Amino acid sequence: MATTSQSFPRLPADADAGALADGTSERVAPLSEIVPVGRAQGVLDLVGNTPLLEITRLTAGLIPAGVRIFAKLEGFNPGGSVKDRPAKKMLEVGIAEGKLKPGKVILDSTSGNTGIALAMLGATLGYPVELVMPSNVSRERKKIVEAYGAKIHFSDPMEGSDGAIVMCRKLIEDHPARYFKPDQYNNEANALAHFETTGPEIWLQSRGNVTHFVAAIGTGGTVMGTGRFLKSKNSAIKVIAVEPDDAMHGLEGLKHMASSIVPGIYHEKELDDKIQVGTEEAYEMVYALGQTEGILVGQSSGAAMIAALKVARSIREGTIVTVFADFGDKYLSTNLWIGWQEWRRERLQQVIAKWKNK
Amino acid sequence: MAVRVRVPTPLRRFTAGVDEVPADGASIKAVIEDLERRHPGMRERLLDEKGDIRRFVNIYLNGDDVRFLDAINSKVKDGDDISIVPAIAGGR
Repeated sequence: MATTSQSFPRLPADADAGALADGTSERVAPLSEIVPVGRAQGVLDLVGNTPLLEITRLTAGLIPAGVRIFAKLEGFNPGGSVKDRPAKKMLEVGIAEGKLKPGKVILDSTSGNTGIALAMLGATLGYPVELVMPSNVSRERKKIVEAYGAKIHFSDPMEGSDGAIVMCRKLIEDHPARYFKPDQYNNEANALAHFETTGPEIWLQSRGNVTHFVAAIGTGGTVMGTGRFLKSKNSAIKVIAVEPDDAMHGLEGLKHMASSIVPGIYHEKELDDKIQVGTEEAYEMVYALGQTEGILVGQSSGAAMIAALKVARSIREGTIVTVFADFGDKYLSTNLWIGWQEWRRERLQQVIAKWKNK
Repeated sequence: MAVRVRVPTPLRRFTAGVDEVPADGASIKAVIEDLERRHPGMRERLLDEKGDIRRFVNIYLNGDDVRFLDAINSKVKDGDDISIVPAIAGGR
C-alpha cells in the first residue's frame, strides 16, 4: 500500500456549535489544540467535565417533536458518581479555611457515593477517612470504600440514613478535635460545587438552550447549585426536583423530604416544581434505559428519567437536562435486580406501551 | 402464633412511632394481614398489587431473608422475630 502524505481528516462540523443562546459565541478549538483526554496531575483533576447524552431511543414516539431530553452522565467521574464534585469542593474549602489539616481524619455519614468520593479523594490528598453508613448499603459500596483505605462505622439499618447522621454526630461529640466533617447535608460548598461546575457545563453543553433542569434530591446539592447557576444565566429556566413518592421506598441515594431530616442546604422555595416517582417504575426505567439506550445506570437515574419524561410530555417544546448520578454496576447485588428474570423484551415493550397510553 | 415485628423508621408513622409491635399469624402473609388490621396502610407499603413482597422491601425471619425461605408463605412460629428492612439506606 502506498503511503501518501496526508493531513488529519477533518472533524465533522458540529451543527450545534458556534453561537450560544445568550449571544456569546463558543470558541471551537482547532484539532491541533485538542489534547487527548486522560492526562492529569491527580485524580482531583479528573472530576467533572462529564458527557451529556441525548436520550433518543427510549423516548422515540413518547415525547413531542419539539422536546429534547439530555442526561448528564455523572458515572464518568473518577469515583463513579456526581458526588465527586461536592466531595472535592468540600475538601478544598475545608483545607483553604484551615479546618482540614494534617492530623485530621475526614468523617461523614453517607450511604454510598459520597463515601466513595471522600475515600478516593482522601487517599489522593493523604487524609484518613472514616464513614458512617447503615449496614444495609450494597456490598459493592462497602468494598469500594474499603479498597480506598477508608474505615466504616455501621449504623442500624432500621434507622436509615438519619440513623447514620445521628451516629456521626455522636462520634464527633466524643472526639471533637479528631475529625473534619464535610457535612454534605449542611455545607454550602456542596451546592457551590454544582454552581461552579455542573451548571456551567450544562449551559455550554446545551449551547445555552436548556429550558428545564430536572434532578433528584439526595442532599439537594445538585438541584440547588446547578439550578441557581442556570437561573443566573436565564431566569426562565425551570428547576424541578425529583423525590420518592413515599417514605418507604427503594431509591438508594434519594430522600423523601416530608419524612426526613431536611438538609440545611435544601431550600424548597427555589424550586419551580417537585415530581414524585415510585420505586418500581424507576427500577423498570433502569431496565428500559439499559435495553434501549445501552446505558446501565443506578436507580436514582431511573427516577430522574421518569421525571424528565413527565416534564417532556407536559410541554410542546424545550430542552430538558437531567442528571444520571451514577452507573448501575454498584447495584448489581441489590434489590434493583430482584424479579429481573421475568423482565425481558416483552415487558420492555409493555412499559413503553404504558407510557404511550398515559 | 404471636410474633414481634421490628418496624423501620419510614413505617413508624403507622405504628404511632413504635419501633417494635406484636402481631399474629402462621405465615409471613398472615402476619402482614394482621399488621394491616392493627396499623392500616402497612400492607400497601410491603406488598405489590399481586400480593408479592415489594422488590425494595426485605423481610427477615429470625435473621433470614424470607426470599431465601418460602417468601410470603414462609411459616412462622410462636416467638419468632420478624424485621422489616428497607432495601436501601436513603440519603447519599
